[in-house]
Amino acid sequence: MNPNEPNPQQILQGDQSPEQPGENELIHAKQAAHSRRAFLFKLSLLANGAVGAVLAVPIVGYLLGPALKKKSFNDSWVGLGPVSGFPEGETRLATFRNPVTTPWDGQTGDVPCWVRRISGTTFQVFAINCAHLGCPVRWFSESKLFLCPCHGGAYYEDGSRASGPPERGLFEYEHRIVGDSLEISAGKMPTPADQASNVQTLTQIAGAGTANGAAGLLNQKSQNLKPRCGSCQG
Amino acid sequence: MPGMKQAGLRIYRWFEDRLGLGKPIIDAAEHDVPASTASWWYVFGSAATVLLVLQVVTGVLLGLVYSPSAGQAWASLEFLDHSVRLGWFLRALHGWGSDFMIAIVLIHLAQVFLFGAYKFPRELTWIVGVFLLLLTLGMAFTGQVLRFDQDAYWGLGIGASILSRVPWIGGSLVNLMLGGPIIAGPTLTRFFALHVFIIPGVLLALVGLHLWMVLRLGINEWPMPGRIVSKTTYARDYQKLTKDTGIAFVPDAAWKDAIFAAAILLAVMACALYFGPFGPTGQPDPTIIRTAPKPDFAFLWIFAVLAYLPPSLETPVLFIAPVLIVGAMLLLPLLSSQGEKHWSRRPVAVLMVAVIAVTLGIFTHLGTYTPWSPIMDAWTSDPIPTAYLEDRTPLERQGALLLQDKQCRNCHSVGGKGGLRGPALDGIATRMTEDQIIRQVLQGGGNMPAYGNALSPSETTALVRFLTTLRSENQPAAIDASRKMVTTEPPNAAPTGTH
Repeated sequence: MNPNEPNPQQILQGDQSPEQPGENELIHAKQAAHSRRAFLFKLSLLANGAVGAVLAVPIVGYLLGPALKKKSFNDSWVGLGPVSGFPEGETRLATFRNPVTTPWDGQTGDVPCWVRRISGTTFQVFAINCAHLGCPVRWFSESKLFLCPCHGGAYYEDGSRASGPPERGLFEYEHRIVGDSLEISAGKMPTPADQASNVQTLTQIAGAGTANGAAGLLNQKSQNLKPRCGSCQG
Repeated sequence: MPGMKQAGLRIYRWFEDRLGLGKPIIDAAEHDVPASTASWWYVFGSAATVLLVLQVVTGVLLGLVYSPSAGQAWASLEFLDHSVRLGWFLRALHGWGSDFMIAIVLIHLAQVFLFGAYKFPRELTWIVGVFLLLLTLGMAFTGQVLRFDQDAYWGLGIGASILSRVPWIGGSLVNLMLGGPIIAGPTLTRFFALHVFIIPGVLLALVGLHLWMVLRLGINEWPMPGRIVSKTTYARDYQKLTKDTGIAFVPDAAWKDAIFAAAILLAVMACALYFGPFGPTGQPDPTIIRTAPKPDFAFLWIFAVLAYLPPSLETPVLFIAPVLIVGAMLLLPLLSSQGEKHWSRRPVAVLMVAVIAVTLGIFTHLGTYTPWSPIMDAWTSDPIPTAYLEDRTPLERQGALLLQDKQCRNCHSVGGKGGLRGPALDGIATRMTEDQIIRQVLQGGGNMPAYGNALSPSETTALVRFLTTLRSENQPAAIDASRKMVTTEPPNAAPTGTH
């Protein structure tokens, strides 16, 4: 280490010698002034705290804005095209433009889904997102399975869980038929947080998967059966 | 020349008189460190800092072109790769710099842990370091999102799906993360803000704090077995050690840091030049579902853990394990601030590092080839080996066709090709009888879906017949022991048959 050399800065800052002794009055006045200034400083801190708190309200509101929206705010009916575009007994990929988008969303605003036409006007519309971690599931018509590429989740044709890490069946969109067109209620990425779990059926082989389809659907095989429980909507 | 030197010195003095920064900086650079610390083991912290500077510089340069808009980001990356002079190289430097930085930070962490550097009085240095690790990983994840391709898009989906499982507030957290109802424009802009402003700001501030504490408390001395850290004597001992064996950090110790930093930068440049930039993979169009999303290298191990956790344990583990791990790392220096520093006296510490490194390595390795994922096109791309079709009856060959058509290959390999999710089917006939195979195919179980709905009875018969031929000549077929008993026992069993 270098020894302390005379620094020009000390000269610039001036001589900081102690106050002249014996000037009690001056010291007293200085102390009083200090006390007043310290009080004012505390007051200014308080004022800044208050201003900061007021300022924080819009900032926090802005930040939390997206979190405060309700699911129903985003969901609206979207058309997937004419019913005739979905042959009976088949499951097909359909895409729709998300009802809530920004002009700079580009392709990300297009959302795919799987449409299963069981027969006539009986449909099931599944979200593309695996119920495990949201990866896009793929339909294999020959083995009648949805398979997920990420961790190997598998679902039967009715969306119920077949195997792998998912704890539940595929997410289903509420749907309706208006005139000749199939519409679904969509707008939000489906996650376990918003979607009630599909009721697990006793026999997965029978293919009678979702007792509580979002639209209160009963599929082909269970169509003639009574509702499973008293509280379920028939 | 002397004139030049004089002039240079005068200019320096002019600035120094006004700034006053030169002297403290020179003092800090030249401060004495124990000679034992001038070691190749002490170069990782400075290398991480140099890599951070590289990331800042290359990041700013990429920012000149990158467009943080969901509709344009992917195209701007393609533009960088193909239309901007050396844009591909800058992207490659930034990407490889990120991988190297994570690796060096982890090595630095392991080194200071094994050298007991977190003990008194450097507890807070370690705690700040834990946050630096988390921030570095945060940079890696948000950076992967900015490479707005298919992996980024579905990676966000994975993140959102994980967050959605938080009890009660999961849905709100997803909205907060995505900035809207779906992964779209507002999602990318918030990850841009995180990657470019928020995390780097905190990261740089904490790196400053970390360095300040290293200067203020002195670099950790080379640990010696039996040299116990005690709060009462440590400061005196360290001062004496520095006084007795002290050498100036610059240049006596720092030359190793400088050489290593240069080597690391060269390595980053070599990787960037040889391997090129990371992606972007396919465009972030969710309607293109022929994709197998995968996270970047640093997160492959998490991807693998998520495949192997039992479904019922997944949510608790996802939220409790990180709290426990980070909590343990933060509490470590507070709970163990005194005592032995040397690794030879801390076998548990050595064992922990070894076990954690091997675990992370194995999971990462599994993540590189994802044996748990079905291979989506195996049923059309991998043929049945001809040897398995020779001397088979028409029914059995029909079964081989069904094995392909019903996509069994996506999960089961035959002849070394196909998915690894289920067991390989070569030699299946030596392990399962015909009845067992029928049951397994129709009802599934043990992580296999049931195919009862996807197979007609005749198809089932053909498929199972083919499977029962899958064994080599000299391997016996699986037999049902109970059936054998029934078929061979009738004479003896007759008296008791009335029961």
